[in-house]
Amino acid sequence: MTFFDLARRNVSRHWLRSVLAVIGIVIGVIAIATLGIMGNSISLMFGDMVTDVGDTLVVSPATGVGGGKLTERQVDDITRAVGSNQVIPFASTADKISVGEKEGGAMLYAIPAGDIPSLLEVESGAYPRDTGAGCLIGSELAANSRENGLKLGARVRIGDETLRVTGVLEERGMGFDINPDYAIVVPYSWYSNHYDEDEYDQVIVKVRDVNDLDAVKESIEQRMNRREDVVTIMDTRGILESVFAATDSITVFLMGIGAVSLIVAGVSILNVMLMSVTERIKEIGVLRSIGTRRSEVMRMFIYEALFLGLAGALIGGALSFCAGYVVTAVFVGNPDYLFDPTSLLYIVFGMAFGVITSVASGFYPAWKAAQLNPIQALRHE
Amino acid sequence: MPVISFEHVSKVYPLPAGDVVALDGVDIAIEQGEFVLVMGPSGSGKSTLLNIMGSLDVPTSGEVTIAGNRIGGMDDDDLTLLRRDHIGFVFQQFNLIPLLSVVENVEYPLILKGRQNGARERAQEVLEAVGIAASHFTHTPGELSGGQQQRVAIARALVNDPDFLLCDEPTGNLDSKTGTAIMDLLDRMNREEGKTVVMVTHDPRMTGYADRTIRLVDGRVAE
Repeated sequence: MTFFDLARRNVSRHWLRSVLAVIGIVIGVIAIATLGIMGNSISLMFGDMVTDVGDTLVVSPATGVGGGKLTERQVDDITRAVGSNQVIPFASTADKISVGEKEGGAMLYAIPAGDIPSLLEVESGAYPRDTGAGCLIGSELAANSRENGLKLGARVRIGDETLRVTGVLEERGMGFDINPDYAIVVPYSWYSNHYDEDEYDQVIVKVRDVNDLDAVKESIEQRMNRREDVVTIMDTRGILESVFAATDSITVFLMGIGAVSLIVAGVSILNVMLMSVTERIKEIGVLRSIGTRRSEVMRMFIYEALFLGLAGALIGGALSFCAGYVVTAVFVGNPDYLFDPTSLLYIVFGMAFGVITSVASGFYPAWKAAQLNPIQALRHE
Repeated sequence: MPVISFEHVSKVYPLPAGDVVALDGVDIAIEQGEFVLVMGPSGSGKSTLLNIMGSLDVPTSGEVTIAGNRIGGMDDDDLTLLRRDHIGFVFQQFNLIPLLSVVENVEYPLILKGRQNGARERAQEVLEAVGIAASHFTHTPGELSGGQQQRVAIARALVNDPDFLLCDEPTGNLDSKTGTAIMDLLDRMNREEGKTVVMVTHDPRMTGYADRTIRLVDGRVAE
């Protein structure tokens, strides 16, 4: 028999009241864990959607200068500014296309043929040659237009020229540089001839060492924008970070809502414990008179709160797992996100918060019990 | 050296209507092995005297020594440990812990002392000595008669082998036959085990058990 044992027995003596207090903690733990998992899943889903472009700078012409295009010379300047890092200039446009009798419109990306492999992966087929009239089609475009004949080996008409589809691209997801999933990618040389164009829309700079990102950005800034803003440089890592910061705020906000329910549960524990102390004033007097120290009385009541908290956290943790599954499957659409360690951590977090709330709520009643005057407590009826 | 010694002990309760003097210059010495009754009318200071002897309260002035320890200047923890190690309490209303079984109630002071090994055996031994059948050890206090509960309470008071027993009207809630049995038990503990017993009572019949009686009137020891 120990204080822990005594606390356990007292919790089970008033089992209905204890169960009701535990239910409060269970709901609080589920709320925190589930809403945390939901926020985290949104974050994970976003991370999956966005291509990993953390090592990329996108250089665009500053609005209103030079007609919104980058000249060959400016691209050369950028190339010199970034040293050994790779520079990929590209142009984009939209045009009517036709395959056989079918007509439609598509986005075109024109990238120097030699640079395409370092930017895009081909799922089937091959990269187009610089001199040939070949093109690549985006994965979604290929999937959506297969029955219309737009597939590997098909012939696509753009204006008065015909291009052969040499390859289908791998799905790339939403990117901050280019979004080729719904587009057609052509060698820049073909584009330049076809549209009689020798300027670029943007330049992608692949920075080999992510730690150099800021230095490279600064170097371009120095070279290009010395007198006036000729280009704007987008740091994709920064954008990605601010997006994740936003999803993190959503998670914190959702968990804050969950925390409110746990605080309510804490108040109910406080109430139950205060009742327990009031009912047992005489018993506390007896315990004190036969040699139980204040700290030991306090410990006994804290253990009671701990018991309620542990029971609530364990049940709540188990139910959070089920609720998390439903949330990720129904609202986010991918239950795999639940099994990500960052999601499971929210269950642990919810459980820990449940136990902490219970113990914190039990602290005042326990202190009150310990402060009772033994003589007055013994006289209490 | 006396087990309990009071020298010029006073206890004053300051109240808005004026100070209430509960004890007024009390001198008492109780020797090892004595059976002492404390008697007196209501409001004579019996309870205050008992509380200070039990180190549940401290005097306003004067010197109190309990089992060789001066209680002046002791903090709450010191007083608690003094109760735990030197004093056995027996109350009018038994005051057993309803959550614990009979044997656990008796075991409890040993556990407080940090004695886990042999605590159960010691508790059973004392319960047998006060006349509780082994078949009742696992019962809860509520399942026992008043007389049996008081025997368990006495066992709990004795289990730590205290220097003295402090009994507050121990037969007050019992019928006269059961009360006599409890008094016989306390008498036996005093004569055979040499336990010092201090007992507060209203009942003049108890004087037959005692070596002497301290009479309190208006907070003073009456000659």
